[in-house]
Amino acid sequence: MPHQETRLIFKHIDEEGYTNDIDCYVKNGGYNQLKKAVTMQPEDICAEVLTSGVRGRGGAGFPAGMKWKFLDRKSGKPIYLICNADESEPGTFKDRQIIHQDPHQLIEGMICAAFAIQAKLAFIYIRGEFFEGYKILERAIEEAREKNFLGDNILGSGYSCDIIVHRGAGAYICGEETGLIESLEGFRANPRIKPPYFPAALGAYQCPTIVNNVETLCDVKHIIEMGGEGFAKIGTPGNTGTRIWCVSGHVQKPGYYEFACADITLGQLIYDVCGGLKPGRKLKAVIPGGSSSKILRADERFTGKLKDGTEYDWGIEDIPMDFDSLMAVGSMSGSGGVIVMDDTTDMVEALANINYFYAHESCGQCTPCREGVPWMRKVTQRMVDGEAREEDADLLKSIADQIAGRTICAFGEAASWPVQSFIAKFKDEFVEKAQEQAARRKEGKETAEATTLI
Amino acid sequence: MISLKPETIEKIDKLVPRYPTVRSAALPLCHLVQEDLGYLSNESIEWIAERLELQPINIQELVTFYPMLRTEATGEYHVRVCRTLPCALAGAYQTCRSFEKEFDCKVGHTSEDGKVTLEFVECHADCGKGPVVMVGEDEYTDIDPLKAMEMAAKMKSGELSNGL
Ligand SMILES: Cc1cc2nc3c(=O)[nH]c(=O)nc-3n(C[C@H](O)[C@H](O)[C@H](O)COP(=O)(O)O)c2cc1C
Ligand code: SF4
Ligand code: FES
Repeated sequence: MPHQETRLIFKHIDEEGYTNDIDCYVKNGGYNQLKKAVTMQPEDICAEVLTSGVRGRGGAGFPAGMKWKFLDRKSGKPIYLICNADESEPGTFKDRQIIHQDPHQLIEGMICAAFAIQAKLAFIYIRGEFFEGYKILERAIEEAREKNFLGDNILGSGYSCDIIVHRGAGAYICGEETGLIESLEGFRANPRIKPPYFPAALGAYQCPTIVNNVETLCDVKHIIEMGGEGFAKIGTPGNTGTRIWCVSGHVQKPGYYEFACADITLGQLIYDVCGGLKPGRKLKAVIPGGSSSKILRADERFTGKLKDGTEYDWGIEDIPMDFDSLMAVGSMSGSGGVIVMDDTTDMVEALANINYFYAHESCGQCTPCREGVPWMRKVTQRMVDGEAREEDADLLKSIADQIAGRTICAFGEAASWPVQSFIAKFKDEFVEKAQEQAARRKEGKETAEATTLI
Repeated sequence: MISLKPETIEKIDKLVPRYPTVRSAALPLCHLVQEDLGYLSNESIEWIAERLELQPINIQELVTFYPMLRTEATGEYHVRVCRTLPCALAGAYQTCRSFEKEFDCKVGHTSEDGKVTLEFVECHADCGKGPVVMVGEDEYTDIDPLKAMEMAAKMKSGELSNGL
């Protein structure tokens, strides 16, 4: 059975004849929600966003309405809105599509959000590698300004707001919201400690600041259109709205697919939507929410009780694609980056690849992260270079256990979870690698083998 | 003294006052100067610092932190191959080896004739179309070793845009 996408955010993505200029956007009903928003009371928009239950699409899945409520409005300081367009979590490629193909949707969502929280200045922090995306956004902002959707006295409402597009320069840690703020302020992207530096209280320039992902801010526009309750009807309670799943790796049709939360299972996504695996291959493992999320093994059984008390007993293919179900199976939906691996994948190499990434990206402030993550990389690199030891799996786990929970920012977890989960689920392969190399060494043969993933 | 194009100066003068603090313009200025001159020399770093009423170390610490900022010129072609897991699963390492062979240049280096700088980069957020390769600011997707050979040939003959 083909599964019908629910295209809300991606309604016009890849649509024939749809262009990223303002005329096309307006022709398709664009900026009508902004016109509506500026006639509403800002608090009412905040209330709708809270009612909608929309959870952040950037990684942590925190309810946006709740975050907005934490905003310190009594300080008398200016309030800032930041759109997190760093899109740096490996396996994630949805924000790119919005920026390239429908930038005005993001801008409209942002101005609505900025109006709701009464921010007079907003930023789009875009990763430096999006050269074209940056130019597209700059042009779109100029177009919006010309039509008075942005700038002074927006649509005669008396409300003014400007947007600055700020480019990163290749550092993953700029996706972490407080690292992003440091970077925006002109410093190295060293994340800040929370508390006290929760952006909603002490964010950019020590002022109250809301940081939301591109997709979350687009959702705001649709919440204004359908009302909080209307939006909450999509998906399931606690998992409202749609999600864009970015599927990469060993499937026939990698790509981005938008579904209502919990509308499909992981199995349906892989086999029906993405055309399954290459001929003759079998599913081995899936990383469901960007490379930081914990890996799921194809032959695992997941049993337990959901938050609402219902018991579940799922194989990997039965897992509903939503925030809570993926949390229940010990992983997360994260940024929506689903990385699929078939039975040709060498798990030690895959982890070596992931460790290389995190070792490259640690900002270096916390000792466990700065020293531990490159150490994990060294161990997995040594293993694929032919010097694996049987105790390496335990060593890796022990390093990861000493990083997670002991650092300033969640990068510590992001770098540890892959190691912890790979070892928990594929320890046998790590041990076997050492044994095979030992056997070859005994026979006087070369211990290293050609690698494909590192 | 560095000599920037008038357009660059104009962009800088427009940009700086938009930010709540002058220092916020530091990273954007690094980008603008690097785009104009190809890399950030000591003189450039000093110039940016002075323009923003900062110390050179304040800029230096950005240059040493952010991977996209460079203190040396790249070759005529700046080729960046994404090596992160989704691209690796799609064959990025083999793609890179193909470039290495064609250019007789190891990844992380510039070829002896100055034609090409070949680098690995981390996920470029287009993982559904891996392996992803950037040439200058132009993105190429689904680049298998064969396509890499074709691209390399076009770079050698100068047919391919350097993407700048
Ligand atoms: C290491 C790290 C990297 C992150 N990278 C991103 C990113 O690239 N994009 C993003 O939107 N959020 C990223 N986040 C999450 C942000 O810190 C923040 O929670 C998010 O932008 C909030 O927006 P949301 O509530 O709309 O999801 C990252 C977090 C961590 C710890
Ligand atoms: S956990 Fe790592 S990335 Fe985060 S602040 Fe500490 S050193 Fe930096
Ligand atoms: S892994 Fe190469 S683009 Fe994401």
